[in-house]
Amino acid sequence: MMKILVCISKTPDTTAKIAFTDNNTKFAEAGVQFILNPYDEWYALVRAIELKEADPATVLHLINVGGAENDPIIRKALAIGGDEAIRVNSNSHDDFYIASQIAEVARQNHYDLIFTGKETIDYNGSSIGGMVAELLNLPFISLATKFSLEGNTATVEREIEGGEEVNVVNLPAVVSCQKGMAEQRIPNMRGIMSARTKPLKVVEPVPADTFTEIASFELPPAKAGVKLIPADQPEELVRLLHEEAKVI
Amino acid sequence: MSVLIFLDQADGHIKKSSFEAASYGAKLAQDLNTSAEGIVLGNVHDDLPSFGKYGLKKIHTIKNDVLNNFDDEVFTHIIAEAAKNTGAKAIIFSNNFNGKSIAPRLSVMLKAGLVTGAVGLPQISNGFIVKKSVFSGKAFANVSIKTEIKIISLNANAYKVSEGEGTAEVVELQVQIPESRVKVEAVNKVSGEIPLAEAELVVSGGRGLKGPENWAIVTDLAKALGAATSCSRPVSDSDWRPHHEHVGQTGLTIAPNLYIAIGISGAIQHLAGVNRSKTIVVINKDPEAPFFKAADYGIVGDAFEVVPKITEAVKKLKGII
Ligand SMILES: Cc1cc2nc3c(=O)[nH]c(=O)nc-3n(C[C@H](O)[C@H](O)[C@H](O)COP(=O)(O)OP(=O)(O)OC[C@H]3O[C@@H](n4cnc5c(N)ncnc54)[C@H](O)[C@@H]3O)c2cc1C
Ligand SMILES: Nc1ncnc2c1ncn2[C@@H]1O[C@H](COP(=O)(O)O)[C@@H](O)[C@H]1O
Repeated sequence: MMKILVCISKTPDTTAKIAFTDNNTKFAEAGVQFILNPYDEWYALVRAIELKEADPATVLHLINVGGAENDPIIRKALAIGGDEAIRVNSNSHDDFYIASQIAEVARQNHYDLIFTGKETIDYNGSSIGGMVAELLNLPFISLATKFSLEGNTATVEREIEGGEEVNVVNLPAVVSCQKGMAEQRIPNMRGIMSARTKPLKVVEPVPADTFTEIASFELPPAKAGVKLIPADQPEELVRLLHEEAKVI
Repeated sequence: MSVLIFLDQADGHIKKSSFEAASYGAKLAQDLNTSAEGIVLGNVHDDLPSFGKYGLKKIHTIKNDVLNNFDDEVFTHIIAEAAKNTGAKAIIFSNNFNGKSIAPRLSVMLKAGLVTGAVGLPQISNGFIVKKSVFSGKAFANVSIKTEIKIISLNANAYKVSEGEGTAEVVELQVQIPESRVKVEAVNKVSGEIPLAEAELVVSGGRGLKGPENWAIVTDLAKALGAATSCSRPVSDSDWRPHHEHVGQTGLTIAPNLYIAIGISGAIQHLAGVNRSKTIVVINKDPEAPFFKAADYGIVGDAFEVVPKITEAVKKLKGII
């Protein structure tokens, strides 16, 4: 029987206004809508659900390291699919700390396969998957675009500069998922109803180090404004790119 | 003591992003009063001693064909050994596909704090604080690394390559190469294409181009400029262009010197992948297209008329015709 763990995280909606409070040390959450991180939802979770559909004996767990305010997002993930969710009750933003919590839960439950998203779209770490793999001494395949399974052997395509690579690995393994793995799914009514009764276990974090700390945030300087060039003078654009912007 | 820089290779040549990492690492080494040393794994055909010009004093290498195939575990193991041997205080990667696979593992192995997506040199006067890109390019975070050893992976085009004088001493690393647990069955590369992730110039097309049959105006301009090509998400979702060209929030994040957007409206999720580009040019027939707000230069007009003329002007500038 296969056991799969999908790591899910919560991020601000892709159109959220990015602003900071408390002397630029905190993201301004007021009025911001939060969503499941798209890579986790569209690719990691849906591919795992497909694997379970192909073999209904598969057990599919979801994990999130976060506070109680993440529960609605976790329920949404359960509405798309999965048997149960585990939330490790901590608000840390440190990648090593989060990875340590995921690794601890994985050690207790012995998963054959751990999926993460490619990265969170807020902090853009792209780190948790590799860290979890190292903590559990497992192979890691990053940035997977395709995943297929035969018995205990996974064939995974991963993106590399200017192309892709086909990897073959025996489970257990950790895989970070991106576009190509699966197609986005919208939760249906039955899923939403059943998600209400699926277990969402809350566990307390184990002690772990933190390696980093966010000292402050800043916004990029505003653009000076667009310089419009008449449509019948494309040479002028090329001249400006050459002489003024000096990029060609 | 050292600052150790991972020099990533493909097909026997060190990647351009690694020259940026080397220049960055060399400057950091200078600030930390230590020496910058590179590490190259696998058989490369480049003249390694000449990379001294980027400020590297030494280059550690293992010339072994086994290492021509990337394996994150094997590479991490060897880099960790090299880091111990050279007493590395900081280890620098490019924040590319391979960097994203190794750096997190190495962070755990060496108990070294990691900042990915760095866009500038660390502030070291009071602690060790690295500025990184967050919210998909919409903001920056200054992240303090609290561990003894620091790992930084640098975004492409975020640090200028600097060349000086100097020759690097090349030393063969004495490390046992561990067994690989992942078998690379095939490597499929589109040959002759400029890799998008590290391209300095990018020409991009959106749904405004109506269909894949019209893409020649994009590829012709890219060819004249020596640029890579990219596209918006609906374009790759409709298979007008290959998936690896998709830029934006859910695609690749790029920061070239020049990004030319043709027939792309400039949705916030698209901008997230390209708004760190140094110069943005927008060509759109709708003067109200949101992309103009993020642009440096713009032409309001029909792409099918305007773009071929730009291509001609570029060719003229370059003396191609
Ligand atoms: C969670 C989420 C994530 C997303 N991630 C991404 C992402 O990563 N990348 C991405 O690109 N999108 C992403 N999107 C989609 C994004 O919101 C937009 O829908 C998309 O970027 C629009 O693509 P487009 O600009 O090519 O097409 P359109 O919005 O249809 O724009 C076409 C433009 O072409 C112009 N035009 C038409 N004809 C001509 C002509 N003859 N000459 C010149 N101009 C012309 C039009 O005026 C228009 O501005 C995401 C959306 C969501 C919800
Ligand atoms: N707090 C979290 N809880 C559970 N999984 C997470 C958390 N943060 C990140 N992840 C997972 O790790 C992936 C990479 O995140 P990051 O390294 O933070 O960019 C995400 O796509 C998630 O799958």
